[in-house]
Amino acid sequence: MTTSTSYSFKENVVASARVKWLILKTAMEERLVYRGDFAFATLVRFLPIVTQIFLWNAIFADDTDLVLNGYSYANMVAYYLLVMIARAFSSMPGLANGIALSVRDGSVRKYLIQPVDMLDYLFWHRIAHKLVYYAVAIGPFCLVFWLCRDYLPGWPEPKVTIACICSLFMAFLIGFLIESLIGLISFWFLEVSSLIFVYMMMNYFLSGHMIPLEWISEWIPWVNYLPFKYLAYFPAAILLGRIPPDTLVVELTIQASWIVVLLAANRMAFHYGVRRYGAFGG
Amino acid sequence: MPAIVVENLGRTYQVYRKREGLLASLRGLFHREYREVQAVKDVSFTIEEGEMLAFLGPNGAGKTTTLKLLSGLIVPTSGTATVLGHVPWKREDAYRRRFSLVTGQKEQLWWDLPAQESFRLHKEIYRISTEDYHSRLTELTELLDVTELMGQPVRELSLGERMRMELIAALLHRPDVLFLDEPTIGLDVISQRKVQQFLRKYQKEQGITVILTSHYMKDVEALCDRAIVINKGAVIHDGALAEIVDRFSQHKIVELHFASDSTPHGIDRYGVVLEDRPPMLRLQVEKQKVSAVLSQVLAEYSIEDISVSERPLEDVIAELFSAEGG
Repeated sequence: MTTSTSYSFKENVVASARVKWLILKTAMEERLVYRGDFAFATLVRFLPIVTQIFLWNAIFADDTDLVLNGYSYANMVAYYLLVMIARAFSSMPGLANGIALSVRDGSVRKYLIQPVDMLDYLFWHRIAHKLVYYAVAIGPFCLVFWLCRDYLPGWPEPKVTIACICSLFMAFLIGFLIESLIGLISFWFLEVSSLIFVYMMMNYFLSGHMIPLEWISEWIPWVNYLPFKYLAYFPAAILLGRIPPDTLVVELTIQASWIVVLLAANRMAFHYGVRRYGAFGG
Repeated sequence: MPAIVVENLGRTYQVYRKREGLLASLRGLFHREYREVQAVKDVSFTIEEGEMLAFLGPNGAGKTTTLKLLSGLIVPTSGTATVLGHVPWKREDAYRRRFSLVTGQKEQLWWDLPAQESFRLHKEIYRISTEDYHSRLTELTELLDVTELMGQPVRELSLGERMRMELIAALLHRPDVLFLDEPTIGLDVISQRKVQQFLRKYQKEQGITVILTSHYMKDVEALCDRAIVINKGAVIHDGALAEIVDRFSQHKIVELHFASDSTPHGIDRYGVVLEDRPPMLRLQVEKQKVSAVLSQVLAEYSIEDISVSERPLEDVIAELFSAEGG
């Protein structure tokens, strides 16, 4: 019988990086299996933005100089295009449902019996999904942006660009952590589809996906204290110059703090959830 | 040195008790009744390194729950257990690198990709050196006769082929302990035999500790010398497999070959006729009455050949579980 091997810190870091890389690679291969469905799903995602542009075109049609709550027609189009980019980072289709399903049907056990960290595994799996999505969607994205180039504010300063990239990356993390947290709640309730529905609704209203967040925050000021605004509104608002430069760092810090809070909540939910787990399903 | 030590292990589940009908479902929205189900109660045993042990019991007896406890999937409500010196439900990586759990379910393989992709990921997860990985993979795929199937997506494999791939995934890192939960369930006879032969050879060569649960007594008889019989969550037998028949069977089989071409009438007064194929007849006779029956039958009839045997393990187990109400 062999005895357990102990590894040095460096060995652990290298081995962990190799596992992440291979999860990423394998998940990308998996993503490309169903080519037709994947290509269709990617293209269909562009439809809502087209309908949004038409909708606002109709609203602004009678008065092209109209400025609605600080947004002209050009501002609205630019806002929706940039929100679309932010959502391409922060939306996590199927993540929470996937975790819940794996808890219900018992397939979650693979994360429990193998020497892997479930959240880490799912994270790299999701990064693979996103990378493949961006690789396919970049063409249509460029086309849409080129067609709408007159509505866009122009290239931002390097400082703003860096802030925007940071906020997009953190939007991805917040989106991932919220959905994985909802998924982990299935250790208690098994079925979380209603929770996911509520989250989708809140996300739609409170992230700035439906309308710019300034319009909502006039009625509901606490909307600014929630993590949702960092999923869509915040990265778009940075590029549109709607975040005052002196508050940019503070906002980015708050966004990073939400990541810490959500990560801690995920770790706690996993720790206690697994203790409750009954491993039903064979 | 024992590889597995289990002491008074217990696991209780709270199960929602739903009554029949829509009204009861509506009532259940406001008030729910729960009952406690003791899936495993006060189970104790030890298993030595390199031992292959069968875990027998009817459905719901607590076999799988015990394996789940030992593989750290669930936490016990009472008792303790150590496997290779580790407490399983602490789920330390050092422990998780040293055991494998194989069940009849899709477990470790990526469904839409060829199994070789999953194996490559296993190589990294379990930190197997490239040299070991290639030699083990070649050995396992040859032994299990799946070399040709390595490039085929898992979803396109038959159940038997998939199970053999699961076994490879479970064994690539050379675990010291292997938990097998119904590994041949749903497989055809050929696949069952292949898996059996493989497990026997592999266990002998590697000297790993194995716990096997199976409803197929042929699996158990082919692979294990020792068995633990569990029913309603509690251990009712722990000893040699052969002892089960000795201990729990109340009957023996007497096979008679008559000198004439027919079998006589009225022979059923000595026992239950299991098979009547003149001139051969098989009787199930109460253990204590076997010698008396033999002398009476020999005195009464002209008999060419006679033999006494134990009942098949499968029948004894079935009888035992039905008597226990399992």
